[in-house]
Amino acid sequence: MSLDKATVAKIAHLARIKVPEEELDHLAGELSQILTFVEQLNEVDTGNVPPMTSVAAQKLRRRKDEVTDGGYRDAVLSNGPETAEGFYVVPKVVE
Amino acid sequence: MSYIQGETGDWEIVIGLEVHAQVISNAKLFSGAATAFGAEPNSQVSFVDAAFPGMLPVINEHCIEQAVRTGLGLKAQINLHSVFDRKNYFYADLPQGYQISQYLQPIVGKGEIVLDLPDGSSRTVGVTRLHLEQDAGKSLHDQHPAKTYIDLNRSGVALMEIVSEPDMRSAEEAGAYVRKLRSILRYLGTCDGNMEEGSMRCDVNVSVRKPGEPFGTRCEIKNVNSIRFVMQAIEYEARRQIEIIEEGGKIDQETRLWDTTKFVTRSMRSKEEAHDYRYFPDPDLLPLELEPEWVEDIKKTLPELPDDKKARFISEYKLSPYDANVLVSEKARADFYEAVAKGRDPKLAANWVTGELFGYLNKAGKEIEESPVSAENLGGLIDLIADNTISGRIAKEVFEAMFETGEKAADIVEKKGLRQVTDTGAIEASIDAVLAANADKVAEFRSGKDKLFGFFVGQVMKATQGKANPALVNEILTTKLKG
Amino acid sequence: MAELTHLTMAGALDGLAKKEFTAVELAEAHVKAVETIRPLNAFITETPDKALEMAKASDARRAKGEAGPMEGLPIAVKDLFCTKGVLTTAASHILDGFKPEYESTVTSNLWRDGAVMLGKVNLDEFAMGSANITSHHGNVISPWSPGEVGNWSRQLVPGGSSGGSAAAVAARAALGATGTDTGGSIRQPAAFTGIVGIKPTYGRCSRWGVVAFASSLDQAGPMTRTVEDAAIMLRSMCGFDPKDSTSVDMPVPDFRAALTGDIRGLRVGIPKEYRVEGMPAEIAAIWDQGIEWLKAAGAEPVEISLPHTKYALATYYIVAPAEASSNLARYDGVRFGLRVEGGSLKDLYENTRGAGFGKEVRRRILIGTYVLSAGYYDAYYNKARQVRTRIKWDFDEAFQRCDVILTPTAPSTAFAIGEKMDDPIQMYLNDVFTVPASLAGLPGMSVPAGIGSDGLPLGLQLLGRPFDEETVLRVGQVIEKAAAVTATPPFMA
Repeated sequence: MSLDKATVAKIAHLARIKVPEEELDHLAGELSQILTFVEQLNEVDTGNVPPMTSVAAQKLRRRKDEVTDGGYRDAVLSNGPETAEGFYVVPKVVE
Repeated sequence: MSYIQGETGDWEIVIGLEVHAQVISNAKLFSGAATAFGAEPNSQVSFVDAAFPGMLPVINEHCIEQAVRTGLGLKAQINLHSVFDRKNYFYADLPQGYQISQYLQPIVGKGEIVLDLPDGSSRTVGVTRLHLEQDAGKSLHDQHPAKTYIDLNRSGVALMEIVSEPDMRSAEEAGAYVRKLRSILRYLGTCDGNMEEGSMRCDVNVSVRKPGEPFGTRCEIKNVNSIRFVMQAIEYEARRQIEIIEEGGKIDQETRLWDTTKFVTRSMRSKEEAHDYRYFPDPDLLPLELEPEWVEDIKKTLPELPDDKKARFISEYKLSPYDANVLVSEKARADFYEAVAKGRDPKLAANWVTGELFGYLNKAGKEIEESPVSAENLGGLIDLIADNTISGRIAKEVFEAMFETGEKAADIVEKKGLRQVTDTGAIEASIDAVLAANADKVAEFRSGKDKLFGFFVGQVMKATQGKANPALVNEILTTKLKG
Repeated sequence: MAELTHLTMAGALDGLAKKEFTAVELAEAHVKAVETIRPLNAFITETPDKALEMAKASDARRAKGEAGPMEGLPIAVKDLFCTKGVLTTAASHILDGFKPEYESTVTSNLWRDGAVMLGKVNLDEFAMGSANITSHHGNVISPWSPGEVGNWSRQLVPGGSSGGSAAAVAARAALGATGTDTGGSIRQPAAFTGIVGIKPTYGRCSRWGVVAFASSLDQAGPMTRTVEDAAIMLRSMCGFDPKDSTSVDMPVPDFRAALTGDIRGLRVGIPKEYRVEGMPAEIAAIWDQGIEWLKAAGAEPVEISLPHTKYALATYYIVAPAEASSNLARYDGVRFGLRVEGGSLKDLYENTRGAGFGKEVRRRILIGTYVLSAGYYDAYYNKARQVRTRIKWDFDEAFQRCDVILTPTAPSTAFAIGEKMDDPIQMYLNDVFTVPASLAGLPGMSVPAGIGSDGLPLGLQLLGRPFDEETVLRVGQVIEKAAAVTATPPFMA
C-alpha cells in the first residue's frame, strides 16, 4: 500500500497531530514502507481463525456498585495547564 | 397514517430514535466515582474518569445488571457474550479521546415497545439494540466569553443507548415512544427518566418520503431533552426537508441541533467533519460473558410492567383501555390506584383517581407522590359514598377540603356536618313542606308536566342543604306526587 | 564503599541482615553511583532525598524486625511508571511537568516490600523503540561503549525501550530496575547490556499506573544482574490487582525457591523458524552453546516448529500502533502535561500533539490511526488479530512437546547510535525474536550467555508456558551458571 500526501494529511488530522507540510512527503514514504511490510500478513490463511481478544484467558471481572473513588478535585486539577473555578479551561468550543 | 400535506402531495415522516438513558447506580460504569446529580464541578471525578496516564477501567456489575434488566423489560434478546469497544474521537469533554461503548456486539439485541396512542390504539415499535457506554463530561460555554469550561462529573457515568427501528411515522408516535420507554425504565428502576437533568436524552433521526417510496436521506437531531422538543423538532425538521425537496433540493445527511429559543433545527458546526470512529475492542477489558442462570435470576425479579398491568387492569377491574393507560403510565399512579381500588368499586375508584385527583394534582403542579390526599384517605371518601354517608355531590366538596388540608374524609364530613340525611322521616317532612309551599306546581305536575320533577328534587335538596340522600328523595317524592 | 554497588540483591539482603551495612549506607553509595554515571544519561529524574529518606525508614523497619523481601534494596524506576509527586514523563515532551497524584501498583508493591527509589530512568518515548534513541530527554548511552567516558569511540545503544533501566543496572548504579516489555523492551536491552531481564506472563504484573503503550501487550518486569535477583524482584512486582481488569487472580510463587538447578528430563524446545536467514554466525553459535549447556545439565533438546514466527513482527506493527493510537489520545493538552495554545480547541490539540510527540511516536500513531480507519480495519487490524491467534496456537502446540523454549534474544549485539536509524523496518527487526512471545502473552527472559567478537554481551532467551515463570527462571539460572560471564562494562560506577 502506498500512501499519498493527502492521505497522510487526513490521518494526521484524524489523530489531531499537526504535521508540517514539508514533512508530509517523507512521512508518506515511511508509512507506505511500513504498510507494505505488514501486508505480508495477507499470505496467512486466517479463514476461520477467531481474532484474538485477549491473551489473558479469563473472564471480565466485575466491581461492586460502591463509591470508592473521586472526591479529590484539587488532585484532579493540579496538573491542569489551565483551570478556573474548579473547571478545566479550553478555548471556546462552538457547537 | 398521518401524512404531511406538501405542495406536491402527501409526505410521510420516518422517525427512528436513539435514547441515551443514564443508568441508576451509585458509582460510574468503569470507576468508583459517584454519580449524583448537581455536585460541585469535578468533585465526582476519579483519575480514571479524567483519563490520567496509566488509569484502567473496571466494570461495575450493577450497571450490567441494569442493562440486562432493561433488555428483559423490552422483551429483548440478551446477548450472553458482548464486547466493549473504543469509539475514538477528540472532544473537549471526552478526556480519554475515546468513549468505551459497544459496537458490533451489544449486550442486548432486538426487542420491542408497544406505543399507547392518544386514541386508545396501540402500535409496536421495534428496538434494534441496547448497549452500555460511558457518558461524556459537560462543556459549559457561558461562563467566559472566550473559553469553554469542562466539568467531568458526568464523565464515565453509565448510559444505556437504546436504538429504535425507523418505525415511527409521526411526532405523536415519537412522543408516545419516549413516554412509554421512560415509563418502562422507571418501572424497572434502571433510569429515573428525568429529562430536565439530562438523565434521558434523545437523538432523533428524521427523513421524509412519498408514501410507498424508499427511505429518504435522514438528518440526526442531537441531544433533544424533552418530549415536547422531540415532537416540535420532528415537525420542524420534516417540513424543512419537504420544502428543500419540493424546491428541487437535496437533503444532506448531517447532525443538527434543536434550538430551544428559536424553535428551529440547525446544522451543528462542531459535527460538520466526517467522522471515522475507528472502533476496536478495548484491550483494557475482556469480553463480557453472562451466565444464563444469572440472567434468569434477574428475570425473576422483574416487576409487572405497564403493558401487563394495563391488560390486568382492563380484565380485573373492567377499566377502559384509556383509563388503564392513564393509570399505568407511571408506576406510582398505578400503585396509588390499586391501593384505592382494593375492596372497593374499581370503576368508582378509577373515576376518582383519574378525574378529581389527577385534575387537582395537575392544577397544583404536583406529582402523585406529593398528593395531599393519600390513597387510604381517598379510599375512605369512596367508602363514605358507598355506605351512603355522603352523596357523590357532597363528596366533591369533601375532596376539595381534603386536598387543601390533607385531612380524612370522615373528619371533614363530621366537622362540616355534611353527613347525608337518610332518615326517611326527616326527608318526608322536608318533602311535605316543599309540596305544601308549591301547591300550584304540584297541580301542574299531576296534570302531566313531568318535567317539574326535577324542580321538586332541587327544592328538597336546597331545603336539606344537599344532604338528603338523593335516592330516597326520588323515591319518596315519586310516591307523594302520585299521591 | 564502592563495592556496595557491585553487590547482587541477594548479597545486599544478606549484608543488611548481617548488619554489615545499613540501608542508608547502601542508598548513599548508590546515590553517588547515580551521579557518577550521569554521562550515560540513564536517569531523567534523580531522587536522592527520597532514596535516603526511604532507606532510613527501611533501616527502622528492619530494626523492628519488619523487614520485607526487598528491604533496603535501591532500585531505579523506568519513567513509564507513575510515581506520586515525582515527575513522570514517559520520556515524552508531551508529559512535561507531569507529577502524578498516584503511585503505580507495581511500584507500590516494591515500596511495600522495602525497596528504595533512586530515581526515574530514561526510555524510548512512550516505550516505542529498541535503542533508546527516541527519548525527548536524549539518548541513553550503553556503559559498554568503548573509549573514554564522555568521549567514546563508539556510542553504543543500550537497547530499548528500557534502555535507562538496562544502563543503570549494568553500570552498577542500581541493584535492579523496573522495565516494561511490549515487544521485547525488557529482554532486548538486557541482552545488549549483559544483564537479566524477565517479562512475566501477561496479567502477572498490574498495568495500573503504568503509562500505556499497547494495552494487550504491555507487561512490567524486573531487570537485574542475576537470575536470582530477577526472581526476588519479580515476586515483589507481581500480584493480583483489582484495579486492572486484565490482572490475573493467582497466587505469586516464591520464584527464588524454584531455582533448584535441577533441569533433568526437561524438554527444551528449539524452534527451527528462529534460525532466520542471515543470522550472524556468533548468534547461531551462542544458541548452539546454550543447547549444549542444557543438555549437559540433563535436559532434552527437542526441535519444535512455530510456523507463524515470520509474521509476528508484521502482526506486532499493526496491533501495537493501533492500540497506541488510541491510548495516546488522552495527551491533548487539557488536563496535564504540555499545552501549545491555538485559536480553537482543534488548533490546541493539533499544536500540542504536533509539538509533544517525537517522530517515532508520531509515526506509530499515524500507522495505528490508519489501520483502524474505515475501510482498512478488516484488512489490517482484524487480520493481525487473527494471525495473532495463530501465533498463540503455534506456542500452545509447541508446549505439548516441550516445557521451555530456548532462542537467541536479539539478532545482533548492541549497535551504535546513528546506525539503523533511517529505516524504521531495520530497527523493528531487532525485536524479531522477542515479539512472538509478547503476542502470545508468554513469560520470557533474557540471560547473559557470552561475549561476542566485538566484546559485547550476547543474551539467550527462554520462553515458558503461561504462568510458568518458575521453569523459565530455573533454566535461566542453569545457563547463567554455565556461561559464567565475567566481563563487565568498561564504565561502571
